[in-house]
Amino acid sequence: MFPNKILPYLLVAPQLAITLAFFYWPAGQALYQSMLRQDPFGLKSKFVWFANFRKVLADPAYLNSLKVTVVFSLSTAIVAMGVALLLAVMAEKVVRGRGLYRTLLIWPYAVAPAIAGMLWLFLFNPSIGSLAYLLRSLGIAWDPLLNGTQAMILLVSAAAWKQISYNFLFFVAGLQAVPKTLIEAAAIDGAGETKRFWTIVFPLLAPTTFFLLVVNTVYALFDTFGIVHAVTGGGPGKSTETLVYKVYNDGFVNLILGDSAAQSVILMVIVIALTAIQFRYVERRVHYG
Amino acid sequence: MATVDLNEVKKVYPGGVEAVKGVSIAIPDKALCVLVGPSGCGKSTLLRMIAGLETISAGTVAFDGKVVNTIGPTERDIAMVFQNYALYPHMKVYDNMAYGLRNRGTPRDEIDRRVRSTAEMLELSGLLDRRPRELSGGQRQRVAMGRAVVRDPKVFLFDEPLSNLDAKLRGQMRVEIKNLQRSLGVTSVYVTHDQLEAMTLADVLVVMNGGLVEQSGAALDIYERPASTFVASFIGAPPMNLLPLVGGQAGPALGDGTTVGLAPAGAATIGFRPEDADIEFGTDLPSDALVLPASVEAVEPVGAESFLHCQAGGGRIVVRVAGRTRVSVGDRLRVVCVAAKLHWFDQAGRRVG
Ligand SMILES: Nc1ncnc2c1ncn2[C@@H]1O[C@H](COP(=O)(O)OP(=O)(O)OP(=O)(O)O)[C@@H](O)[C@H]1O
Ligand SMILES: [Mg+2]
Repeated sequence: MFPNKILPYLLVAPQLAITLAFFYWPAGQALYQSMLRQDPFGLKSKFVWFANFRKVLADPAYLNSLKVTVVFSLSTAIVAMGVALLLAVMAEKVVRGRGLYRTLLIWPYAVAPAIAGMLWLFLFNPSIGSLAYLLRSLGIAWDPLLNGTQAMILLVSAAAWKQISYNFLFFVAGLQAVPKTLIEAAAIDGAGETKRFWTIVFPLLAPTTFFLLVVNTVYALFDTFGIVHAVTGGGPGKSTETLVYKVYNDGFVNLILGDSAAQSVILMVIVIALTAIQFRYVERRVHYG
Repeated sequence: MATVDLNEVKKVYPGGVEAVKGVSIAIPDKALCVLVGPSGCGKSTLLRMIAGLETISAGTVAFDGKVVNTIGPTERDIAMVFQNYALYPHMKVYDNMAYGLRNRGTPRDEIDRRVRSTAEMLELSGLLDRRPRELSGGQRQRVAMGRAVVRDPKVFLFDEPLSNLDAKLRGQMRVEIKNLQRSLGVTSVYVTHDQLEAMTLADVLVVMNGGLVEQSGAALDIYERPASTFVASFIGAPPMNLLPLVGGQAGPALGDGTTVGLAPAGAATIGFRPEDADIEFGTDLPSDALVLPASVEAVEPVGAESFLHCQAGGGRIVVRVAGRTRVSVGDRLRVVCVAAKLHWFDQAGRRVG
């Protein structure tokens, strides 16, 4: 077919160049950086093997950040998926204006993370936010600038809100793929609506749910920098400092390059692991039939 | 253990399609009623209304004399076998069968006893730990049957349960379903478009066409006295030969000019079954018989019998002869059918006489 031996390489060259320049090279640099230690004036650096990793993993601030990240990611994934599933189930029942209902629910996905963060920040700003005012008039001492738990709630809401649309789309498709005759058979078998959902529909949605769990966790782990930056900046204290945010803080704000590089290598390993799980699973996704 | 009575049942779908246009059927206790008809005639719709899966637009459905129109499928105490079986793919065979009992709060040990004895009866005992995707089509069909039987419902509903099986298995399952239904004595409604299945299973046979009942009754009665040309051509394989009559000066005649002296008043179509006709080479013919000159166009030997496809009376007819035949394509012969075996239909296709 292609007698020309060089043309194929020429055609893939731009793609290869981009991947090399913007992925492999920085990744290699990060790996190299993570094994260097600089003197306080940034004049000399010393190769220290895994000392930076040992230091990072023993640092209580890092462990705190790890805990914050786990709480944040799981809460975001669960809230985003739970709300999306609820909305998708209700969308199934809408008879008139179903298309409009769905379209409106998909819109938030088009909003950039930082903007979504600003939106929530304004709504819940203790001094000017309208919803903050509402909360306070309900007798809740709302102050996410001082209260770490409230800051986390605000962050999770902002991060989950943006992801709901995406999950909604997948759940709607998943629900449509559940054969109607199964639901009818279950109804004849004496199962009420709630029971049908939990014993038939939900188990059949498992592939979708698992896929979304991975996607949402990855999102919460790595795509939420903009939201954290806009809403809390990691504070108050370090109560909302996620791993990604800490990489930024240590590396770009405090210029502890070795530690920061070690942290980003750890993050890279986590991403690779999650992606591998997802790929293996998605390949074996055809379950039933 | 119930009678099922349909009274002027109608179904209009939201889009305006009138799928069932007023059907009345009375099914006695313990009987197996078969709904048969061509695709799209409303069989499934009618069955789904009996199941409670579709709302009833007009008329009533009653179990044991009690109208169930507004009762949902969950409370009707029926069991249904779907065409694609609708087994729960994430549950093992055991759980598929136990699901309905669990939902109704049957005690655990009784569920176990009933599932195991039903599995025994349907030869499913070795498959209880498998999931539906690990079963063959025939086995899935049995599980679907088992799921219905184990519940011991008032009424069984079947929607073309055998149409996904191969011919041999279908024959076997047909006999099994009949035996099972008879031994359990559960009133059943069975939908099919296969006339052989309909004939062999039915205690009450209902032939439907275009959302209406064309004829209902015992299978052999319908076979022997079809009420319309539609029923005549739908029930029986190969179907009844139907030839149109045209009025001539010398009385009614067939398309090729053969006069038919026997025709009753108002007859517009003559019909006779392939097995009621015979071929005749000799000259002494019965006096009160239809005699048609015919030319053979095709011969189909099937072993025990042969079918001769002939051109006769202005149309194509099929004649069944026993065993092998010496007739070959191109032969000219006479087809004879005695008067008692002739059927007559009027202009609208209704039976005359
Ligand atoms: N949900 C629906 N909405 C609108 N029209 C429908 C619906 N279901 C069936 N119909 C129409 O109602 C008529 C009867 O359909 P039904 O499924 O009862 O036919 P059937 O006799 O079971 O045919 P088959 O042998 O092909 O299963 C058809 O014309 C069909 O197009
Ligand atoms: Mg049907």
